Amino acid sequence: MLTPEEVGHIAGLARLGLSPEEIQTFGKQLSAILDYAHTLARLDTEQVAPTATVLALENVLAPDRAEPSLSQEDALANSPQVQDGQFRVTAIME
Amino acid sequence: MQLYSLTVQQALDLLRRKEVSALELCESILDRIVAVDNSTKAFLTVTPEEACDQARAADAARAQGLDGALLGIPIALKDNICRLGLPTTCGSRILESFIPPYDATVVALLRRAGAVLLGKTNLDEFAMGSSTENSAFFSTRNPWNLDRVPGGSSGGSAAAVCADEALAALGSDTGGSVRQPAAFCGVVGLKPTYGRVSRYGVAAFASSLDQIGPITKDVTDAALLLNALSEHDPHDSTSIESPKLDLAQVLRPEVDGIRIGVPQEYFGAGAQPQVVAAVQEAIETLVDMGALVDTVSLPHTEYALPAYYLLAPAEASANLARYDGIRYGVRADNTADIWSTYCESRQQGLGSEVKRRIMLGTYALSAGYYDAYYLKAQRARTLIKQDFDHAFERFDVLLSPTAPTVAFGLGEKSQDPLQMYLSDVFTIPQSLAGICAISIPCGFDHALPIGLQISGPALGEATVLRVAYAYEQATSWHLQKPPLDKEN
Repeated sequence: MLTPEEVGHIAGLARLGLSPEEIQTFGKQLSAILDYAHTLARLDTEQVAPTATVLALENVLAPDRAEPSLSQEDALANSPQVQDGQFRVTAIME
Repeated sequence: MQLYSLTVQQALDLLRRKEVSALELCESILDRIVAVDNSTKAFLTVTPEEACDQARAADAARAQGLDGALLGIPIALKDNICRLGLPTTCGSRILESFIPPYDATVVALLRRAGAVLLGKTNLDEFAMGSSTENSAFFSTRNPWNLDRVPGGSSGGSAAAVCADEALAALGSDTGGSVRQPAAFCGVVGLKPTYGRVSRYGVAAFASSLDQIGPITKDVTDAALLLNALSEHDPHDSTSIESPKLDLAQVLRPEVDGIRIGVPQEYFGAGAQPQVVAAVQEAIETLVDMGALVDTVSLPHTEYALPAYYLLAPAEASANLARYDGIRYGVRADNTADIWSTYCESRQQGLGSEVKRRIMLGTYALSAGYYDAYYLKAQRARTLIKQDFDHAFERFDVLLSPTAPTVAFGLGEKSQDPLQMYLSDVFTIPQSLAGICAISIPCGFDHALPIGLQISGPALGEATVLRVAYAYEQATSWHLQKPPLDKEN
């Protein structure tokens, strides 16, 4: 069973705010899902390579060529806060 | 016969013979949406004026002697597919006001083929779910029984096609999200081989698994749409070259000598007896037509679901990091620092299932657990893929149920995530292996459709579609319509 502290730690890594109720609920639900996932431990995978992609493709390259892309206006159009043609964010450094 | 009830191929025939105009067809569909969408709630957004403009343009093009693979055909898009200038919400509050500045490649291809775009269909938030109940906006209903779910996550697209609110629709399938709702709604859903259809402009969920696929009224239409959608795309580095299907070869009702494997693991505990019986009957139908059938074992099947629920959330936790309230989407007000902006924006904008999967994926990738969970699941994925590789040395296609049950009730599984995940148990292995599979209707249980899944090897769509077509020609399940009109 995940403790509230562990749930809080994971939420922090995920930059995800959670209410105290969510921390309780997710603690239980994630523990149940992870228990289920633990069935994988029964598999002997010592000699098995991991699969990250099923494709046989490797190093798909494209020519380094400038092409038309979004205008500054279009790129900013969906941002909740814009200032002087830039994305406005809260202060990052004191 | 009403125009809205036509298939894509039937409509194309009438349009090409100039017996019907694209505008008449479009108006018939729009009227149908007005008549039944209050019941089905399949659409999030409908664009009647733009659709009529596109239909008029299609008629004008045809009057000049032009044609296109889908010229004048009204099609709906799952709302995780970007369409220029139209809200693309992914069923999430965090993207409620997001307006894409470009078309997804599949949308550009549909436009090029002359399709008429009707609007955007409902889905589980960010395609995470099996019932469409995880939409932040509302639940879509199964047209066969409005108290049942349409399946998910492409539930809106499946319900729309089932209820004749679109001639066809696009969905996305990460672990069964095209096939399972198609099964629940009694329509056809094709998950192409991973990489066959470009993912550019589709909101990423699990990038090594996501694949766009058509949801249609019959197999012919699935083949038509696949041909329109499969094209190498330099904007998607996982896009592969694939041959166009020779439709005359594919769409012939012959299965003489086709080798059908029946994976034992898909017929055991968990699968409803009525579902098993319908699929077994379908297998007998194909045997009567000349197919060769034998049982096969895919011994690692039971590990597919746990592997998937580590791999897909792990990829999702990385992909969804972009929803941070800065460049698009909801931003929390009056936060003290950037950390709080991220945490609170995501807290406010994302729903429970999405949060649960981000948490699960972050856990599986975190220090100390990476080897035991994420890496272990990637190794299990190798074994699952090898099961299929071995099976396809002996068989052309594999037949199984698409889902273990028929459509379940609204609210029945929404409080128990693990029970909900189990409804994808027969569609997830193919996704992990990156192979192609189709769901087609093969019967009913208590007036709810049952889906037959036909799986084929990577780029084996031609054979999968041919077997599906042969079965469809021999049966009439695909011609059944839900009782919506009686209720309205």
